[in-house]
Amino acid sequence: MTRTFKHRHLLGIEELEAEDIFLLLDLSERFLEISERPLKKVPTLRGKTVINLFMESSTRTRGSFEIAGKRLSADVINQSSSGSSSSKGETLLDMAKNLGAMNPDVVVVRHRAAGTAHFLSRHLDASIVNAGDGMHEHPTQALLDCATIRRHKKQFEGLEVAILGDVSHSRVARSDILALTKLGARIRVAGPRTLLPIGLESLGVEVFDRIESAIEGADVVMALRLQEERQRSGLIPGNREFSRFFGVDNSRLALAKPDAIVMHPGPMNRGVEISPEVADGPRSVILEQVTYGVAVRMAILYLMAGSESTE
Amino acid sequence: MTDLYLQRGRLIDPSSGLDQEGDLLIREGRIEALGPDLTPPEGIRVLDARDLWITPGLIDLHVHLREPGQEYKETIESGCRSAAAGGFTAVCSMPNTTPPNDSRAVTEYILRQAQIANSARVYPLGAISEGQKGERLAEIGEMAEAGICALTDDGFPVMDALLMRRALEYGRTFGLTLCQHAEDSCLSKGGVMNEGIHSTRAGLRGIPAAAETTMVERDIRLVELTGAHYHVAHISTSSAVEAVRQAKARGLPVTCEVTPHHLYLTDHRCLTYDTSTKMNPPLRTDEDVEAMRVGLADGTIDAVATDHAPHSSIEKDIEFEDAAFGIVGLETALPLVLNLVQDGLLTEMQAIDRLSTGPARIYQLPGGSLQIGSVADVTVIDPEYRWQVDPEAFESKGRNTPFTGWNMTGRAIFTVVGGQVVHEQERTTS
Ligand SMILES: [Zn+2]
Repeated sequence: MTRTFKHRHLLGIEELEAEDIFLLLDLSERFLEISERPLKKVPTLRGKTVINLFMESSTRTRGSFEIAGKRLSADVINQSSSGSSSSKGETLLDMAKNLGAMNPDVVVVRHRAAGTAHFLSRHLDASIVNAGDGMHEHPTQALLDCATIRRHKKQFEGLEVAILGDVSHSRVARSDILALTKLGARIRVAGPRTLLPIGLESLGVEVFDRIESAIEGADVVMALRLQEERQRSGLIPGNREFSRFFGVDNSRLALAKPDAIVMHPGPMNRGVEISPEVADGPRSVILEQVTYGVAVRMAILYLMAGSESTE
Repeated sequence: MTDLYLQRGRLIDPSSGLDQEGDLLIREGRIEALGPDLTPPEGIRVLDARDLWITPGLIDLHVHLREPGQEYKETIESGCRSAAAGGFTAVCSMPNTTPPNDSRAVTEYILRQAQIANSARVYPLGAISEGQKGERLAEIGEMAEAGICALTDDGFPVMDALLMRRALEYGRTFGLTLCQHAEDSCLSKGGVMNEGIHSTRAGLRGIPAAAETTMVERDIRLVELTGAHYHVAHISTSSAVEAVRQAKARGLPVTCEVTPHHLYLTDHRCLTYDTSTKMNPPLRTDEDVEAMRVGLADGTIDAVATDHAPHSSIEKDIEFEDAAFGIVGLETALPLVLNLVQDGLLTEMQAIDRLSTGPARIYQLPGGSLQIGSVADVTVIDPEYRWQVDPEAFESKGRNTPFTGWNMTGRAIFTVVGGQVVHEQERTTS
């Protein structure tokens, strides 16, 4: 059976249908095998150019994309830039035009502003892969989360997934909510109301005030990173109080299903949104998420670089 | 030449309720006669107005002309040409220039440039506070003497209730209406679009409707306290319209204006991250658009004003979060309002009222009337003129519009200021 991926860009999960996501997950499993071989390189994307345009600091996502591209034999070029606003000279449009002149096949973009991937897709011929745009989406993170969940839970239908903490500022949460909902899972969120965006219910999400209620009976418990800035901007009184009421620790995790898994998109603030015992505990699949990250990004680059090779 | 004869048009004048076929005679910049039984005096310039409406000149209460200081975005000259092309015989210019219009010198500069431009009239608004900083009153009396038409710190809401009270009282002393950009800037801080399900989807920071409504409600209490005339700029939320409706019912001197875009577009449009959908106040919800339409029809909303805000590609061809707020509006407003007549929402008389007589009344401006003796600011409109919006064809320097490609019906054919034709639209024979 052959299925085709009909999207030229990966701007967000929003644009994908369940069958697109499943196709990507299946392909990721095949690339996971390659990553487990002693010789981890295939010639699939030889002669293709992938530009990693990272305008916001990120070592792990950029590294993951770089490894993914290199394992597929693509030429991977890393470009970083502060991405500060236009007053400082070169605009995003200038940058897009310059990149376009180099004829890349794929541009992977990370930027502090929402909509940047959409913007580039309007100004470049290359396929655009969104590696995180502001508070909007982080689709490859959602895909690797789905891949990790499927490995442990086999299917999504009826799964109860608790997403906890700072949902407002989390592009990971947005993409995960969209992806898991499309695949048939049920999403619960909990956190202080100052960190939950308006209208979550209309995305099919169940909202709880108390983290215990969200965790109770859950199959998957996902803690989100709480950035230092939230305390400074007055959204919460402080990290200490946050961890007391909204941190995932062993006693709260005991409310979940006995076989529940624990996830975190990283980087973690140990002792704030997640306790060290949980992060390193037997239910944590946080490192598997990283492994799947490379496989999922290989699958994306493979589809985006438009390789004609048949297998 | 300030004598002109408009022949065989449909005269529509909301100031008198007149709606009949006839001619209009202008002499020395004033309306001398009108009606069905006129004949053109010898040697006068005659314009054929068959199948056209002859209305009092359109007046835009809310325009950013950018001069002095940001001439690369717009000049008084280009802004006035844009106004004339859109059928506006007068615009009220906002004081958030560089330097801001907070002194007699700047007011006089604007009026002089407008005179040189020799197109649509310019009625400058003066700043409420020195430097629009919201701290102390600007020299309002001197600016009144120099010719400002009203007061506002547009773009910088007056957060300090005591300063607002003083401004209402002091402005009243000089007969000036106080126009508020109603937004609690603490509540809206960091926001780039309407707060709601679409801002959640887009991952963009929201501006809640309450930021506008709470400010309007606070100000209405201050109107009660001071008795001064208060005008809400670019109203955008259903709850703020309701607050104004109730204030009017209580007999308070409160008026408001709405932009064409808030009568048509919703925050759903922001999902594309198209920066021509970014303005302040932001595009709101379907319910809000409906409330704007109802409010405009029932007279709660007194005027349509464009909030014409030209920006260059430097401010607009960038990330949505970083892009400047605002869109141009002078050249697209008229057909958008006329379309509300097609929709059965407004009568023709009401449409012209909201674009001309209503605005004139709010700041007590000359014009807004075809009655004998009135200043001869007249717009001649072809209500059937079909055209497509092409920003490249704008007279304005700004190209930032969300209406690109829209098919419009209705256009100004002659824009007449003081009896002088300042814009003439070529008519394609269909
Ligand atoms: Zn304003």
